[in-house]
Amino acid sequence: MIRTPRSKVALNVAGLLVLVAAVFPVAWMVSTAFKPNTEIFSTVPKPLPSAPTLQHFDFVVNGGVANVSFWTYMGNSVLLALVTVLVSGALALLAATAVARFRFKFRTTFLVMLLVVQMVPAEALVIPLFFDVKRLELLDSLLGLVIVYVGFALPFSIWMLRGFVAAVPKELEEAAAIDGAGPIRTFFSVLLPLVAPGLVATSIFSFITAWNEFIFAFTFLDDETKYTLPIMLQYFFGRSGNEWGPIMAASTLLTVPVIIFFILVQRRMVTGLTAGAVKG
Amino acid sequence: MTHTVAAPHRPPGRVPTGTKARRRRPSFGPYLLIAPTLVVIAALMFWPILQIGTMSVQKIGNRELRGEPAQNVGLDNYRAIAGDELFWTSLKHTMLFVVAAVTLTVVVGTLIGLLLNSLGKRMSATVSAGVMIAWATPPVTAAIIFTWLFGTTGGLANWILEQLPDWLVGGNWTDYNWFGSPLPTYIVLTICVVWQSFPFVAVSILAGLRGVPSELYEAARVDGAGPWRTFWSITFPLLRPIFLVVLVLSVIWDFKVFTQLFIMSGLANRDAFNLSMYAYSEAFGSLNPKLGVGSAIATVLTLILLAVTAVYVRIMVRQGEVA
Repeated sequence: MIRTPRSKVALNVAGLLVLVAAVFPVAWMVSTAFKPNTEIFSTVPKPLPSAPTLQHFDFVVNGGVANVSFWTYMGNSVLLALVTVLVSGALALLAATAVARFRFKFRTTFLVMLLVVQMVPAEALVIPLFFDVKRLELLDSLLGLVIVYVGFALPFSIWMLRGFVAAVPKELEEAAAIDGAGPIRTFFSVLLPLVAPGLVATSIFSFITAWNEFIFAFTFLDDETKYTLPIMLQYFFGRSGNEWGPIMAASTLLTVPVIIFFILVQRRMVTGLTAGAVKG
Repeated sequence: MTHTVAAPHRPPGRVPTGTKARRRRPSFGPYLLIAPTLVVIAALMFWPILQIGTMSVQKIGNRELRGEPAQNVGLDNYRAIAGDELFWTSLKHTMLFVVAAVTLTVVVGTLIGLLLNSLGKRMSATVSAGVMIAWATPPVTAAIIFTWLFGTTGGLANWILEQLPDWLVGGNWTDYNWFGSPLPTYIVLTICVVWQSFPFVAVSILAGLRGVPSELYEAARVDGAGPWRTFWSITFPLLRPIFLVVLVLSVIWDFKVFTQLFIMSGLANRDAFNLSMYAYSEAFGSLNPKLGVGSAIATVLTLILLAVTAVYVRIMVRQGEVA
C-alpha cells in the first residue's frame, strides 16, 4: 500500500523470512537425509551436509525396513491412492453433474449433507468402521481401506467439481443434443473433455488424501506386507527412534511426491474450501 | 487468482439462459447420478455415526469383536468416562490446544496473507509456493520432523536455546526432553500444527484481498488512516465471511488433531492425551479393547464438532454457497 523504497525493502525482507520459516523444517529433513551420521549427531548442527551421502536412502530402499521391501510399501500406497482417485473421481463427476446441471428436490439438502459430512471426525468414525470391517473380514486388506478412503475423498471432490461442471456452458450440450447426440454421448464427447482440468485437480486432492492417511491404515493393517508408506514410517520411527538419517530419508521419499502434487493443485483447493466467501 | 475464488461457483439457476425448454421435464436423471454417492455416504458416514451412538451404550470387547452379540449397558460407559480423571484432562487439553492453535493460526495466517498481498508479483508468488510446502507435508512427516527438531540427540531447538544468553531463556537446554510432560509436548504440537495450517489461512485471505477494490485503500490513505485503522475499518469488514470460514475450519481441524500427537507422544503417554487420543486408546490401546467406552468419548467429540459444523453450514448457506 505504501510504496516508499525503504518500506518495500522491509516488506521483501519479511517475505524472505516467511519463506525461510515455511520451508525450513522440510529443508532440514532433506538435508538430514543426506548427512552422514557423524554430522547428524555432531554437537554443532550444520545446515547442509558437507559430504552428502546416499547411505540412508540405500538403507531405506534396499536394506528393508521391517523385513519387507520398500517397494511393497510404495506399491501399496500407490495402489490405494490410484483406486481412490479413480472411484471417487467417477462418482464425484456423476454427482457434480447432477448438482450443477439439474434443479431437483432435495438438491439443497444434498449439498448441505456434503458440507456436514466433510466435518465428521475420522478419529471418531474409526471405531465403528473398525468394528464393521472386522465383521466383514476385510481387516488387513487394502480393499477395506480403499472403501473408506473413497468415502472420505468423495464429499470434497463433489464440492470441488461442481464448480467446474457449472462453468461449462450449457449451450454446448444443447448444441450436441440438437445434433442428435444422446445424453451419454454428450457426456463423453462434450462435458468430460471440458471438465478434465477440474477432474485432474480433484484427482490430485483425492490422491493426497489417500497417500497421507494415517489413522485408518494404522488401525486396519496388522500384516507388515500390507503397510502403506506412512505406517511404514511410523513403525520404523517407533522401532528405531534415534536413527534420524534413515528416518529422514524415508520421510523425504513419502513427502516429495505430495509436495509436487500439492503445489500443482493448491489454488483449486482454496477455491473449493472458501468458495464464494469473497462474493460480498 | 484474482477472481477464481468466486467465478466457478455460479449456481445454475442464476445464470440467465435463453433456453428453458429442457428443464421443465421431471426426470430421474439427477437421482440416478447422485445415487452411488448416497450409497457410499450412507454406508461410510451415516451408518457409522449411528453406530457410534449405539456402541456407546454397549459393552464391546474381544468377545463381541469375534461376533457374539453385544450386551446393552445403558449409560455405564458415559458414567465411566465422567468418573475418569483422564477424560477431564483430555478435554482440557483439547480446549486449550484449540484456543492456542486457532488463535495463532488465524493471526499468523492473516498477517502473512496481508504481507503476500503487498509484495511484488514475483516475490508474492515465490513466497506463496514456499508456504504451500508447509501445507503439503503429510502429518506423519511433519510430526516426525518436529520431534527431530526438538529432540535430545542432535536436536536443533535445544542447541539454539543453549546458544542464546542464559538471562533470556535460562540454561541447561542440551538434554531438555520436550516430550516428558504435557505442556512442552503441546508447545511443540502447537508449533507443528500452526506451521501446517497457517498457509491455508494466508492463501484464503490473500485470495480475498485480491478482490477488494484498491480505491477503498486509496481513499483510506488520503483520509490519513494508518495500517491498523485500515485493517479494522476496511479489510476486516469486507473479508468477514472468509475470516468466519477460516476460523470455523481451523477449530474443526484442531479439535480432532490425532496423528501428530500420536507420533510425538504416543499411546503410552497418557498424561498428554487429548480427546481423540483418549478415545482411540480406550478403544484400541490395550489387549482388552473397549470399543463401547471409546465410542462414548467419540460421541462427545462428534457432538462438539457437529455444533461447530452447524455454525459453518449456516455461514455457507447465508453466503449462497448451497444455492
